[in-house]
Amino acid sequence: MQALTNRAQPVDRRPMTFWEKLYLPAIAKGMGITLSHIFKKKATVNYPEEKRPFSPVFRGLHILNRDEEGRERCTACGLCAVACPAEAITMEAAERLPGEEHLYREEKYAARYEINMLRCIFCGFCEEACPKQAIYMTETFAPANYQRKGFIYGKDDLLIPDPKHPITVNK
Amino acid sequence: MDLMTSFDWSFVIEKLLLISAVLGLSLLIAMYSTWGERKVAAWIQDRRGPNRAGPFGLLQPLADGGKLFFKEEIIPATANHFLFVLGPSMAMLTACLTSAVIPWGDVLTFGDYAVSLQIADVNIGVLWIMAVVGMGVYGIMIGGWASNNKFSLLAACRGASQVISYELPMGLSLIALFMISGSLSLKDIVEQQRAGVWFVVLQPIGFLIFLICAFAECNRTPFDLPEAENELNGGYHLEYSSMKLGFYLFAEYINMFISSALMATLYFGGYSFPYMDSLGLSPNLVTILGICALFLKTFVFIFFFMWVRWTLPRFRYDQLMKLGWKVLIPLALLNMIITGAVILYRQNGFN
Repeated sequence: MQALTNRAQPVDRRPMTFWEKLYLPAIAKGMGITLSHIFKKKATVNYPEEKRPFSPVFRGLHILNRDEEGRERCTACGLCAVACPAEAITMEAAERLPGEEHLYREEKYAARYEINMLRCIFCGFCEEACPKQAIYMTETFAPANYQRKGFIYGKDDLLIPDPKHPITVNK
Repeated sequence: MDLMTSFDWSFVIEKLLLISAVLGLSLLIAMYSTWGERKVAAWIQDRRGPNRAGPFGLLQPLADGGKLFFKEEIIPATANHFLFVLGPSMAMLTACLTSAVIPWGDVLTFGDYAVSLQIADVNIGVLWIMAVVGMGVYGIMIGGWASNNKFSLLAACRGASQVISYELPMGLSLIALFMISGSLSLKDIVEQQRAGVWFVVLQPIGFLIFLICAFAECNRTPFDLPEAENELNGGYHLEYSSMKLGFYLFAEYINMFISSALMATLYFGGYSFPYMDSLGLSPNLVTILGICALFLKTFVFIFFFMWVRWTLPRFRYDQLMKLGWKVLIPLALLNMIITGAVILYRQNGFN
């Protein structure tokens, strides 16, 4: 039979010699290997202080983006919710009223926009589907919460802070 | 009044201080052995080990101890309550008893008052150690039996047969040592090594046997069959929680410390170090340096214990028995006979 790879090694089934039966040389060799590992570079990083660099295409938690004037880009078209294979996104649309032009870019906006982070599989399809460049995935990851409902991220969790109109009231 | 004057109070105070120092020190070292073990394990596995509690994680043992104290204490309903409590107490007691005969240093002199840094220089020192180590298995046996759990009982049986099997080659390897030293007193043995060479040079095979048996007596990997986690769910301390479990784990580390100190004393010159009498230092300073030397040797052995634990896999039970009875005992007997023959030859020649 032909071997699948050229790395196959035949198993040595010869009876052990006296030297091998002593085991001590083999033990010494093993101890040498473990000792050498003490001085090797550590594989772990000191996590909260020190983080591993992400790949540029890393897909972490979502954000809702604003345009250059600080207005919400999302128009609640629902394409992200349609694209979402995990059905994690829900939204309710509302009409922009006169006087709200500085808040919403288009006539329609998302009054409610929720992503269930427990359902989300972080595939990034919402990001691809969005025609308004409103939803993006960041490098933030590993959210923690005490309750399931804490993982349903609303607009106040997702929207990036408004550079033009910073929030002054504490939530 | 007569009793008060004839009674040597300074002796009592000296010994009390010495006992508390040795006990406190062995507890402290056992405590930090747990930290050291985790660090060594981490380094060998390319990790960092505990580094959150305090600088370099040095407060980790305190955190672990605090956790063990505050854990819920469970005594199984079907367990024998008295023996269930007695088990860990025995383990701890026997672990602490051994340190009584180890000479931690030479003599410290304060004015004209000389303090020997050995709690009891009994002339059967090593016999005492063998006796106490033999008793140590009762902690495991009683605990395992009283738990009323089949895994614990299996572990207790394993522990008992293992300790008994490995006590024999240990004793035989020590007999060869006594043939050379001619004394059972640990102080004498150290003083002879101070004057001559370390006994590891004269008894390399004896040392190897003693080392292997020490691993087995301490229930350390590769001989940790009594507490094999993946076969027996933790073995004899399966039903134990809280500080009773802590005592068992602690006793293991104290045993490790004591057997390291014992190996350093018996085979590596104890508190003596090369050129200690030709340095021309004051006797007290030499004594203090000697204590440091003993602890250095001990720590090297403790590190060796940990190093082996994270290198070698556990023996199978039949392999353990085969090694003990078919390899170590004949080897120890042979070592003893050869040692005896060489001693006789050097005394009398071939006459």
